[in-house]
Amino acid sequence: MAPAKQKIEKEYDDIPGTYVFDADRSREGYHLNMFCMSLMQAENRKAFKADEAKYLDQFPLTPDQREAILKRQYNRMLELGGNIYFTAKLGATDGHPFQHLAAVMTGSTQQDYADLMLRGGRAVDGNRSRSGKYAKAGSSIVKADKPKSKAKASKGKKRRG
Amino acid sequence: MARIIAGVSSSHVPAIGAAIDNHRTGEPYWQRVFEGFERSKEWMRNAKPDVCFVVYNDHASAFSVEMIPTFALGTAAEFPIADEGWGPRPVPVVKGHPRLASHIAQSVILDEFDLTLCNKMEVDHGLTVPLNLMFGSPKEWPCPIIPLAVNVVQFPPPTSNRCFNLGKALKKAIESYPEDLRVVVFGTGGMSHQISGQRAGLINSKFDHAFLDNLTKNPKKLTRLSHLELMREAGAEGVEMVMWLIMRGALDEKVDEVYRFYTVPASNTAVGHIILENRIKGAKKSAAKPAAKSKKPASKMKRAAALQKIHRVRS
Repeated sequence: MAPAKQKIEKEYDDIPGTYVFDADRSREGYHLNMFCMSLMQAENRKAFKADEAKYLDQFPLTPDQREAILKRQYNRMLELGGNIYFTAKLGATDGHPFQHLAAVMTGSTQQDYADLMLRGGRAVDGNRSRSGKYAKAGSSIVKADKPKSKAKASKGKKRRG
Repeated sequence: MARIIAGVSSSHVPAIGAAIDNHRTGEPYWQRVFEGFERSKEWMRNAKPDVCFVVYNDHASAFSVEMIPTFALGTAAEFPIADEGWGPRPVPVVKGHPRLASHIAQSVILDEFDLTLCNKMEVDHGLTVPLNLMFGSPKEWPCPIIPLAVNVVQFPPPTSNRCFNLGKALKKAIESYPEDLRVVVFGTGGMSHQISGQRAGLINSKFDHAFLDNLTKNPKKLTRLSHLELMREAGAEGVEMVMWLIMRGALDEKVDEVYRFYTVPASNTAVGHIILENRIKGAKKSAAKPAAKSKKPASKMKRAAALQKIHRVRS
């Protein structure tokens, strides 16, 4: 492994379970995403399915990216610079509906994931912040829910989120 | 002169397109979604725009990671339907309006918005799904379409404020076009959703409703939404909602909300939809006048009455 470079801290890295696809990731994942892009053509999908390893040889991927693709590790692909709109093309090549990928990424079964969505989706409460810094941030456009005296007192803070 | 008569916003969930293409709109799951757009289609049939300007985003179809234009305006005469991996959607080719598009390009660029101009561009579900929702599945789209693709795939997309101001420049551009054209502006994408990572499946209905309320009455408030707040509150891909602000910026300050629809879920996404009309200038005067004059005001009033029948729907 190359020595860890000093990373610029990005405030959006605090959002849990989220890989924001920025210019750094885009550069890192360039070949991974271009591989996915190639799957938009039927003959490429056929060639990939016939011999995945051989097909991947045309793309200068890192060993980690290559492994993530072959093992269909969808979160790992995002971590290594993949973007969901691109990796979704790999899922489609495998014949999977998108909710299959969502289930893989969230560590659940497709049925459980579909049920979660039918119940109204994953709640934002408890899913705002890794560090806890924004755990109670709320949104500047949503009025605070409970007019408890406590909530009122911290309203100003909340609004600045 | 050309004028903007209304703005329409709608989600563009790919699964909605797949449900249409695979004739599954009658299934209970999808019925709930499509029923919400029945009145919208009726509204569109009455509105009869001459041109639609559609703000949407490309999903790694026309643009890969090779080039990432922030604002890409389609100036071509035709926009072919992209093959997104399953063959192109069986929808009519999208016909442009190159003369209006190049007028808009000139006006907006001279207004300091540096657009990328595309004389060749394929369009994907981001554009065609909202067209289906508003027009149904005709053999030909009933009017020319000018696409504006906004980058919301690679961070950072343009800011909320930038988008709103681009809308204003767009309004100025359209209103300075000499031909009498009635234009509807679409803002598409959203609402809250996240389709990537362990947090996939996130939906925030409270945020969505607040966004819709402010979109009508107080869009300025939305121009202060940061990307961080949008991603945190509405999901990583919910950031698409900045595109709705281009539509809103293109409308008058005061608008009439004639229709709204909201439902969860369509696949992984909260579906939101709104129709905002610019107030017809001088409509009050003509309505106040005794019904003696020409046919025109009467037909306007008829239209207004018809629209009042379109109730606001929330779910």
